[in-house]
Formats: sequence, structure tokens, C-alpha cells
Amino acid sequence: MTAASVGETVLEVQDVSKRFAGVVALDGVSLGLRTGEVHALVGENGAGKSTLIKVLTGAYQPDHGRIVYRGEPVTFARPLDAQAAGISTIYQEVNLVPVLSVARNLFLGQEPTNRLGLIDFAQMHRHTTAILQRYGISVDVRRPLRELGLGMQQMVAIARAVSGDHRVVIMDEPTSSLEPREVERLLEVVDLLRRGGVAVVYVTHRLEEVFRLCDRVTVLRDGRLVHTGPVADISRLELVSRMLGREVAEVARGETRFSDRKTDQATQPILRATGLTRRHVLDHVSVEARAGEVVGLAGLLGSGRSETAKAIYGAQPLDSGSVEVEGAPIRPGSPRAAIAAGLALIPEDRKAEGIVPMLSVRDNIVLAALPRMSRAGFVSERHQDAVVKGLITRLRIKASSPDQKVSELSGGNQQKVLLARVLCLDPRILILDDPTRGIDVGAKAEIQMLISELAEQGMAILLISSELEEVVEGSDSIVVLRDGAVVGQLRAEEVSQDGVMGLIAAARRESDSLPASGGGIEGDATEVDGHVGD
Amino acid sequence: MSATDLAPGRRAIGRADVADWVAARGVYLGLLLLVVFNLVFTPRFVEVDNIRLQFVQVVPVAIVALGMAVVIGTSGIDLSVGSVMAIASALLALYIGYGPLVAITIALLAGAAVGVLNGVLISRFGIQPIVATLALLVGGRGLALVIAQGRLTEMFDPVLGAIGSGQFFGVPIVVLIALGVALVVAVLVARTTFGRYVVASGGNPDASFLAGVPVRRTLLSVYVLSATLAASAGIIQTARLSAADPSFVGNLIELSAITAVVVGGTPLSGGRVRIVGTLAGAMLMQLIAATLISHNLPDSVTRMVQAVIILGAVFIQRPRIAA
Repeated sequence: MTAASVGETVLEVQDVSKRFAGVVALDGVSLGLRTGEVHALVGENGAGKSTLIKVLTGAYQPDHGRIVYRGEPVTFARPLDAQAAGISTIYQEVNLVPVLSVARNLFLGQEPTNRLGLIDFAQMHRHTTAILQRYGISVDVRRPLRELGLGMQQMVAIARAVSGDHRVVIMDEPTSSLEPREVERLLEVVDLLRRGGVAVVYVTHRLEEVFRLCDRVTVLRDGRLVHTGPVADISRLELVSRMLGREVAEVARGETRFSDRKTDQATQPILRATGLTRRHVLDHVSVEARAGEVVGLAGLLGSGRSETAKAIYGAQPLDSGSVEVEGAPIRPGSPRAAIAAGLALIPEDRKAEGIVPMLSVRDNIVLAALPRMSRAGFVSERHQDAVVKGLITRLRIKASSPDQKVSELSGGNQQKVLLARVLCLDPRILILDDPTRGIDVGAKAEIQMLISELAEQGMAILLISSELEEVVEGSDSIVVLRDGAVVGQLRAEEVSQDGVMGLIAAARRESDSLPASGGGIEGDATEVDGHVGD
Repeated sequence: MSATDLAPGRRAIGRADVADWVAARGVYLGLLLLVVFNLVFTPRFVEVDNIRLQFVQVVPVAIVALGMAVVIGTSGIDLSVGSVMAIASALLALYIGYGPLVAITIALLAGAAVGVLNGVLISRFGIQPIVATLALLVGGRGLALVIAQGRLTEMFDPVLGAIGSGQFFGVPIVVLIALGVALVVAVLVARTTFGRYVVASGGNPDASFLAGVPVRRTLLSVYVLSATLAASAGIIQTARLSAADPSFVGNLIELSAITAVVVGGTPLSGGRVRIVGTLAGAMLMQLIAATLISHNLPDSVTRMVQAVIILGAVFIQRPRIAA
């Protein structure tokens, strides 16, 4: 399965420590990476994974300890040195230039030139097409990168990082913005690297990937190495308990997070969205939800699940269709009207559409509820703090005070701030678009528990997740979408991962060429027609 | 580097913190240094007449800068303020025959109308603020000259005279007006939902829209506010000069106002508004000019010093790449 050179240590971290202003980020961590292995690096947020990666890539200098690369102690003064030595890193956020073409991005800084020293675009486009094809991506490489979906952009970033000659490839949560089929492709790429004798450091929050893909796993907690060893020698439960630092029994109890709820299908739905249609985005999508019911919206990226969520919330322009709350239609195209009708949304992209980074935790939490938390247009911080502090305690948001800037919080805590924002509204219908994406295991479990709790209290919830497992476990019924249309609905005992995948697969006719994802379609109808016809 | 001697749990004061402090509060430090310098080196600096003059002269810039600060809070910019002052001035001269109240009201309404035009171009049609307001910077001045038929008009109205040179217990009326405006804008920014909408829209418009913030209405409002304040600055300036000179009033004031805002610690990227800092910034620029003049340095030097200060202020506010 793996290359013959397995076992040879290529990169070694020896007793490395790093502190920031008195806070210990890494404490005497030692770790060896072998050629031809995929080494999982796991731990909750703040465990020290990012710091370790930055020490490996030369972004940080260790305070103590050393790094041995190919048998010799090395010092990487900056990331470029590590890159030149053959250590490539793929960061969680896509570090590319959205306005440049796909090809320009792939060859950024190493563009092929012709005799005149000008960029040889023909050659660059040819090479890019060939490289991307290897990873199963077929796009027009001359189009700007931003026209691709987030997942595609991530794949381009990965293709860029692994296209050179590298001995060590570090991947920081590479699948966090990928779709299941893209994940499959990525796993194949990683396997390819392994066979080529590359040492892969694979940082992830997803346990399935650890067990499916990785040879060894290292667990960090509070800056210390708490476990390292072959994946085959550890069980899921043990791994989770090492990450959380809790007893196995405790974790097991915590895992039964979604309790069974019986929803009476005879009651009238509180939310009724009918015939939501937007040319090339949504095609007569109808969704209903009852009080106390969690309705999952499942489908691949670009299937229209996020667009459906936004359409219901009034943030997606529609050609036709209506949304009713308890029989009363909502004015379309206005989130403000949707909020007034009892809807609330946590958007998919926390950074771009969720938090307002420069504002405080308090201001972020009360933002949506300002009209009802003010008197004659005047706001009182004291009055707000009564509510804000309650929510900070209830959701266990780790912030030094309500005055702390929200951008200083970790991803999980930022997500909790967004949850607090919608809870301030006391909504009757809550739409959650991938609420646990890219956050640590602990915060994830807490959020899943909260969703369940809110439904029990009688809230209707629309749940979207990039993890099929999460939708299936959390939902009472699931609406399955493909290419902007509903292809089926699963209720109660029909809800299963197989059921959802079956519907998605069954609906797949014609070719399996990918239409452009929803985001890229808007305003460019003719272009899309061309793609679909491929 | 060594963090061992620090108390656990407390954040060390690093270079970034110092830079943050300077970016936000450096203007007060600069003001203090300048005052000390003048106390030592400038003869007759502490005389009542001189102090009064400094405050009177800063009023138009301060009022315009207050509106500019709010606009910049939404990550916008308003270049049309000087032209709005000229329009207000020209209309004041044109309608003063109907009495000062009518003339002032018309001048203010005209300012608001320009603000609506700016706001609609920006919030409805998505034109970049710098482009939309640049159009009005050019066109507005032209309109003012047309209204005034290119002439300087002298006015001898008792009410305008009182506004322009009157005093209340030794404090010039215009200074009281500026303080009143500052108080209103400060309350608006710090204590109202509108203030939160301004910084939220500036900090992240997409997130604000999804949170139900009326982003478009907020944008429209800030340009109306800015233009109305500019119109009042135009009225005050005209009253002080007892003459409407539309080719001169408010010339290049947009640059002074932007400088005051930026020097005062409001980032051009939006998401934050500092009112007291803006006033201090305006005062700082005024004192620099006064200091250089009282030491017989030409106006051209003043401009170059201003340029250095703008660069310095923007430099310390630049986003730091390494965290």
C-alpha cells in the first residue's frame, strides 16, 4: 500500500516550546514525521496545532528545542525558506488572489515565460488544465478564481501546493470547505502523495478522515503532546477522550446529543416556503417546517441548499415563490422583514457574512435585535449587558468581557456569538447554514446540543451541514436537493445517510460534469447554459 | 522577547499595543506637544484673543470633519463637502432678502438635497463613494458659481452678523454651535441604533444586511448628515466673512476634514468612529498652521507639514500583517 521508504524520519521536532506574552502555546513537543506516511494532527482549538505548523514552516521561531530536517538541524527564518527546502503548506483559508485567473493563481510567482520574458499564457493555461485534470477538476482556467465555489478554490490551492517537488506537505483542515465528492478526490491526492514517499501532516477536526486516511495520529492538548501512535491502535472513543481530556465514559454520554423527538405531522407547518424559483439557481423549491421540528436541507455544494436558506430569509433574489410564516406571507427580499416575522439565520460564511470583526462581542450579539432592544432609537449598554451576559454564560462563550473585539475570539466562540445574536431575536424559525463548520469538537457538541434543545422548546429549525452525518443525526426530516431542485424528502424513520445519498445519486441523470456552483451562476446566465450543455 | 518576568494571566505590553495606542490616541499627544511648544516659543500664545481666534478658525473644518467621520465610519468618503459649503453660501446670498431664517433653511435643505443625491448614487446604484462625491465636488462648485453668477456678494444682515461674530459670555457663538453639533453627533454615534448601524455597515456590510441592519438607509443617512453639516459650515463661514464667495468658500476643506478624521484615530477602512479624536485632529491641524504662521513660515510649508502628518497617521493605522 505504501512506498518502501516508510519509516525513515524526514522531519523531526525535538522538545519544542513556544510562548506568547507569557501564555504557553507549545510545551516541550517532540514529533517525528516519516516518509510515506499521513500523520494526523488533532486537538481542540487552542491545543497548539497552528503554532506547531507555524514553527515547522518558519513563520514562528521556537523559544526552545530544535527542528531536524533530513538528518540536520535547521532554522527556517521565514516560510519561504521552508518552502524552498521542500516543506509545503496548505492553509485553512484559501490564500489566493480571487481576481486573477485560475491559471495565474496556480502559477503565481513561478509563471512560465517566453523568449521575451513575458508570461507564456498559452503554456500556462495548458499546464494548469492538465494539472487540475489530474485532480478531476475541469474548469475554464482563464476565468477569475473567485467565480469558482469555495470548495473548488480550495482544490486549486491544494493543487498549487502539491504540484512542486515536496518532501513534506502540511495540510491545515483541507476538507473544511470541501464537498463529499471533493473530499474523495482530496483523499486520493493525499494517498498519491503518500505513495510518492511524501510525509503528509494532516490537521483535521473530522475523525472519519483520521481513521480512513491516516497512518499515525498525534493529539495535542493545551500545548502538550498527549498521544502519538498508529491509528490502528486507538479507538474513536479513545481518541476523542484524549482530545477533550475527559474520561471515556463521560464522552460516550456526551455523544448521545440528539434526543428523539416526536413531531406531530398533522399539525400545521409554521413555515411554508412554496415554489422558490430563481433562474439557474433554484427551481420550484418548497420546504415546510413545524414547530419543534428539525428539517435538514441536504445536497451537494451548488445544489441550492444555501440558496434555499437565504431565499427563505429574504436574502436571495427570487423570480417567483413565496414564504409564509403561520399563513402570513413575508415581504420578499428583506432579511429585516424576515426577522420581524420570526425568522433568524446563521449564514454559512462566518467571516464574510456573520461577524462584524471590529465591533465588540456585545455589539455583535445585539446587532440583529437592536430595534427591539432600544427605546426611541437610543441604546443603553447597561440594558444590553443584562441580556448579553446571560447569553455569554448560557452558551459558554469564552470572552474576557462583552467589550472584547469579536475578531479576537476563536472560531468556535465566534460561532457562539452568532448563535447568541439569533437567540436575542427569540425566533420561531431558525435557519442554520453549516453551524459547526471549522470549529473544535467541544464547541461542536455544545452547538449540536443547543440545536436539539431549541427544537424541544418548540422552535422550528432548518439545518444545513457540510457533514451528512450531522444532518442525518440531527434532523427529523430531510429535504434533499440537487441542481437547485428538490429531489425527495425523507421523514422520521426514513432518515438515513444511505437514504440521502440514494436520493442524490438516483437523481443524477445525464453526465456527471459539474455545473458551476450557485455563487458563480448569478448574473451570467448564458455562460451557465454553455456549461450545462457540456 | 522574554516573557518570563510577566505576571501570569496579564497581557504583556508589546509593540503592537503601543502602535494601537498611538493610532487611537496619538492625536492628543501631538496636541499636547504642540501646546507646550507654543507656550514656550510663541509670544502672545496664551492671550485670550489668540485662543479665541484659534477656536473660531477651526469651526468650519471641525463641523465638516464630524460629518466626514460618520461617513468614513461606513467605509465611505465625502469629497463634495467643500462644494456643498459653496452652494449653501451662494443660496444664502440669493435668499437673504427673504430674511435670514428663510435663507438659512433653504441653504440647509439644499445641502441635504445634495446629500440625498450622493446617498442615492452610492446606496441604490452602488457607485463608489469616492466617484459619486467627486462628481458633486466638481459639479457642485459649478452650480454654486452659477447661482452666485460668479460674483462675491456682501451681506449686512444683523442675524448673520450675530452668528458670525457674536459672543456669549466671551465664547464665540460659532464655537458654541460647533460644540452643540459635536455633542449631537457624539450622542448619535455612541448612544443610538443609527450609530451602531453606521459602524456595523462599515465593518461588514454583508453580515449587517443579513442581521437585518438597514444598510442602504444607513448609507443614505450618513451622506445626508455629512452634506447638511457641510451646509451649516458654509453658512457659518459666510456669516463670519459677511460675504458669499462661492469660488473660495470651502475650497479644499474635504482634505482638511479627512485629515482631521484620520489623524483623530478613525480608520479609513470603516467600522469605527471617533468623535473627540476628530475634534482633536481638527484642532491639531489648526494649531500646526497657526504655529507655523506665527513663526513666519509660509503657507506652503504648512501644507507640506500637513502632508507628513497625514502620511504618519495612515502609516500607524496600516493593517499589521504579522499578528
